[in-house]
Amino acid sequence: MGKISLKNVTKAFGEAMVIPSLDLEIEDGEFVVFVGPSGCGKSTLLRLIAGLEDVTSGVIEIDGRDATEVPPARRGLAMVFQSYALYPHMSVRKNIAFPLKMAKMDAAEQERRVTSAAKILNLTDYLDRRPGQLSGGQRQRVAIGRAIVREPAAFLFDEPLSNLDAALRVNMRLEISELHQSLATTMIYVTHDQVEAMTMADKIVVLHAGRIEQVGSPLDLYRSPANRFVAGFIGSPKMNFISGAEAGKHGAHTIGIRPEHLALSTTEGAWQGKVAVAEHLGSDTFLYVNVNGMDPLTVRTQGEAGIHHGDTVYISPDAEHLHRFDASGKTI
Amino acid sequence: MARRVSNRRKTLVTIVAWAVGIAIFFPILWTILTSFKTEAEAIASPPKFLFFDWTLENYAEVNSRSNYFLHFMNSVIISVGSTLLGLAIAIPAAWSMAFVPGKRTKDVLMWMLSTKMLPPVGVLIPIYLLFRDSGLLDTRLGLVIVLTLINLPIIVWMLFTYFKEIPGEILEAARMDGAGLWEEVVHVLTPMAVPGIASTLLLNIILAWNEAFWTLNLTAAKAAPLTAFIASYSSPEGLFYAKLSAASTLAIAPILVLGWFSQKQLVRGLTFGAVK
Repeated sequence: MGKISLKNVTKAFGEAMVIPSLDLEIEDGEFVVFVGPSGCGKSTLLRLIAGLEDVTSGVIEIDGRDATEVPPARRGLAMVFQSYALYPHMSVRKNIAFPLKMAKMDAAEQERRVTSAAKILNLTDYLDRRPGQLSGGQRQRVAIGRAIVREPAAFLFDEPLSNLDAALRVNMRLEISELHQSLATTMIYVTHDQVEAMTMADKIVVLHAGRIEQVGSPLDLYRSPANRFVAGFIGSPKMNFISGAEAGKHGAHTIGIRPEHLALSTTEGAWQGKVAVAEHLGSDTFLYVNVNGMDPLTVRTQGEAGIHHGDTVYISPDAEHLHRFDASGKTI
Repeated sequence: MARRVSNRRKTLVTIVAWAVGIAIFFPILWTILTSFKTEAEAIASPPKFLFFDWTLENYAEVNSRSNYFLHFMNSVIISVGSTLLGLAIAIPAAWSMAFVPGKRTKDVLMWMLSTKMLPPVGVLIPIYLLFRDSGLLDTRLGLVIVLTLINLPIIVWMLFTYFKEIPGEILEAARMDGAGLWEEVVHVLTPMAVPGIASTLLLNIILAWNEAFWTLNLTAAKAAPLTAFIASYSSPEGLFYAKLSAASTLAIAPILVLGWFSQKQLVRGLTFGAVK
């Protein structure tokens, strides 16, 4: 079981209020991703749940029991750190068995669990090596192994993939998702990468300056962002924002339109502009277009558009996918 | 061109290094040589360097006149004892300063170090009186206590710098894995700091072995370590250089051997943070 509730939780470091009052419910078995720009308080929030930081006020409940004052060792949670935080003086086997040793589990059961975790994570051949003799991806797997042997109530991941190279990151992303499918244990995952959030999460929590901006499924956030911040943070390339007269026509202070919802033509359209940069990815082409009286617009077209730097193009927004925001940034 | 300059520089640096090394080692070498001379040759002018009648009579004389083994054991007990006691106090102290620093941690560290700036003779009388009244004069226990206290600031500082190098996340990981404070220190922190702790241990044994001020002033016979053993050959009967040299050689030999075998560990430990 791994239901976690945060009630009126606040955290201040001295004078600085990092998390003003915050409520959050995490259901058992959910994959929840905390996402936000650096300094938004997402790691602090995770550390509060872990017990590595004390809350300034409020209550943290794990499975309905008040865990606010419970030390990290006895919360029944497992954590995977960004730096892996393996014990360098122990073999992989001892690293993975460490939490079991701390729980004073008998040796045969320890061995059984370590062996099965190593099998799941493809670490069987490396059990007698030291962490220093492993690659980044293998170290990450050891850290995950150390977390799963305990059969915790929930897993906490603190930006676990940010030290890996791009290709490995995609692999590990899949592995963690598969792990969640097979274990069906609550996972809380912190990242600043919205692609990771979109691809892995059941539920995304978007944080900004210690506040929750929106909670929802990845597609909820994509389709109906609650405000301009979420609209701009979720989706890649970023949503285009247009203010002024053009927004006024739609009865809004600002309108937002995603690059994939702009239609491109070389002959006619709502707005005329000049292509500043064209990025050809093969499957897609990203165009950065200067339009009079607006910030540069990003347009995404499928395949190879055959359009280059300096070309004149016409752009039309898809009215169905237009987002309208008021002066405070709230969605209308 | 650049290569030639750098070669010349290298030669120069090597010569200077050797010169400094020989200058530092010369008194020790001279002491060792003198210990094998007769008293007459020891004060001969001009001094004889290697060509004299080598003799072991000084060692025989020193051995028959005083109990070398007693002083040697005293030195071992006092230096090892004070170092172990110091480590037992300093490991938790350095842990708390490195991993749960408070507002005043830096000040506490500076204050501890500042006690090393006080001339020991300034507190000789009070400490002497304290020792006299508590019956610690000329006891090994008394010397263990005083040398522990004297070297404690250095032990804490050294351990603090080593502990600082250990990433806090690893200790947090241990906490998440269910380790209590004690298990965290025993299973994670201490094994990771072993190189640092080992070089602290070695350096402090050497410092305590060589300490002469307190060991001379607070002992008479029973607890006197090798420093007092050397001193007993200096003044009262006039200066007998050869016998004094033999006593000195006997006193420094154990620590020289220890230093020789542990020099790799010592250098590695002392440059632990600097060359990572």
